[in-house]
Amino acid sequence: MLEREKELAELNNKLSDLRKLAEDKQADFSSEIEGLEEKLTRMKEEAFSNLTAMDKLTLSRMVERPTTLDYIERIFHSFIELHGDRMYRDDPCIVGGVARLGDLPVTVIGQQKGRNIKENVKRNFGMTNPEGYRKALRLMKQAEKFHRPVICFIDTPGADPGIGAEERGQGEAIARNLMEMASLRTPVISIVLGEGGSGGALALSIADEIWMLEHSIYSILSPEGFASILWKDSSRAKEAAQIMKITAQDLQQMGLIDKVLPEPMGGAHHDPEAMAALIKEHLLKVPFRTMLGQLDDVLERRYQKYRRIGAYTES
Amino acid sequence: MFKLNRVFKKPRYLTIQQNNSQPAPTEIEGQGEKSVLPAIPNGLWTKCPNCGETVYTKDLSNNNKVCVRCGYHFRMGAWERVDLIMDTGTFKEIYQDMKSVNPLDFEGYAEKIRTGQEKTALSEAVLTGYGKIHGQDAVITVMDSNFMMGSMGSVVGEKVARAFEFAAERKMPIIAFTASGGARMQEGMFSLMQMAKTSAAVGRHSRQGGLYIAVLTDPTTGGVTASFPMLGDIILAEPDALIGFAGKRVIQQTIRQELPEGFQKAEFLLEHGFIDKIVAREDLKLTLSRLIKLHYRR
Repeated sequence: MLEREKELAELNNKLSDLRKLAEDKQADFSSEIEGLEEKLTRMKEEAFSNLTAMDKLTLSRMVERPTTLDYIERIFHSFIELHGDRMYRDDPCIVGGVARLGDLPVTVIGQQKGRNIKENVKRNFGMTNPEGYRKALRLMKQAEKFHRPVICFIDTPGADPGIGAEERGQGEAIARNLMEMASLRTPVISIVLGEGGSGGALALSIADEIWMLEHSIYSILSPEGFASILWKDSSRAKEAAQIMKITAQDLQQMGLIDKVLPEPMGGAHHDPEAMAALIKEHLLKVPFRTMLGQLDDVLERRYQKYRRIGAYTES
Repeated sequence: MFKLNRVFKKPRYLTIQQNNSQPAPTEIEGQGEKSVLPAIPNGLWTKCPNCGETVYTKDLSNNNKVCVRCGYHFRMGAWERVDLIMDTGTFKEIYQDMKSVNPLDFEGYAEKIRTGQEKTALSEAVLTGYGKIHGQDAVITVMDSNFMMGSMGSVVGEKVARAFEFAAERKMPIIAFTASGGARMQEGMFSLMQMAKTSAAVGRHSRQGGLYIAVLTDPTTGGVTASFPMLGDIILAEPDALIGFAGKRVIQQTIRQELPEGFQKAEFLLEHGFIDKIVAREDLKLTLSRLIKLHYRR
């Protein structure tokens, strides 16, 4: 838990104790109680409006943070999960299938982290294997065939770095998704829910729009990795996080992502219902049907969206 | 009389430079003295990291930088690769005027770029251009690992994307020679997005019917591997080249085990079905020209 959350929790406990005391003693502590309530609200607002990059990284990695499945069940209905890459295996890290957004059939694909140790082992801690990316691609091609928009939820510390992943062509799987998504003939929206871990996240985020939840992050590598490679000291991760510009706000400012979705005070885990409702509200505003009728334009805009990214000068 | 102090003088040793960068004059100490030996121009001798033999550098250059004793393929600079592959006098460089900026205001980045420029005679880590290979037109992009480990930042991504667009426009085949430690950290997310940009450009060239041959050289790793190099219609690799996505150290730390022999080498990739052919450097130009001829009737 973030430091501030601990402090807030303590204050909250004091408030509860005071309320209970008032009840037990039949005494009037209303002014003290009001005072504490105000203090608590102010502290909360202050705490969560000044989060550092490292704070956000911590928030985005919290096990309590809502996952793909938490959002699927709240945003869509008639979800039928589909499995497998038809080549090797079903990667449990990727959850995908068909559903309805309102009355519009869509394909939903997301990276799933576990909500406890056992689940995390099953979901490989959100680290996708090549067969996961191939499963995602299969479902996306299916969506293309049946004119269904694709919605991707991203939440990964990175693609799985293992021997098996290399044997099965992790590089190729990611590259192929990048290329195929860039020209997928159906609208695509990608939403970063928590951690956008480098290439492992990019493989699901070639989209018409990239949205990020307010406290989510998206980075070329973890701040720990960055600090250890450049400064031979992974404990300088906090410093690295600041320099790397990994927050949703940083990325929107640099024109690299399209939209930041505000989170409930303290983070999405405090009110998953509200967070889901907000995501759904924004999804319902996307003109999917119009886009499906103008795919050439949509594809050209999507190409240019990535084409124009780069910091350089030319004489 | 015999000068005994000469006999018992501590021997002074010469260090052999192991790469082709200009060595600084060697300072050596012996018995409290310091003296400066003249720099041996451009490394007269080179030690092979594979067989350990010290070879005459000139022999190495004349053998396409392949060890005359054991066949080990030394890393090549971009201009050396151009000399190897393109018909003499036909290569024309394009997009050389792009310069990197420092989008994250990263300390020391500008200096690293300058060093790379000095070492490679390139403005950035990739050289792009077109010319003829045994008389046939081709666009080429050549990465140079001497420039910031061939890392891909905005300029590399932009040049590669433009090269593919150029090839698509002129209906020419394109060959990408890759050598990279991965995406360039100093540019953060700008670098990551180059993976997307270059892959998208490959797609456009491909849909137009264009031939794209990727030649993976040592090392081709990280975010670069997970983009345009793995998308060639035909993927060739040099013998023993290190090719992979995750870094060895990261994998070892994750699995806490030693890695198998030959892991992430070209031979490993061939076995696992991810490259088409391993081609020795002496056969590379001919192989490329035959492939182009097969695809583009003259």
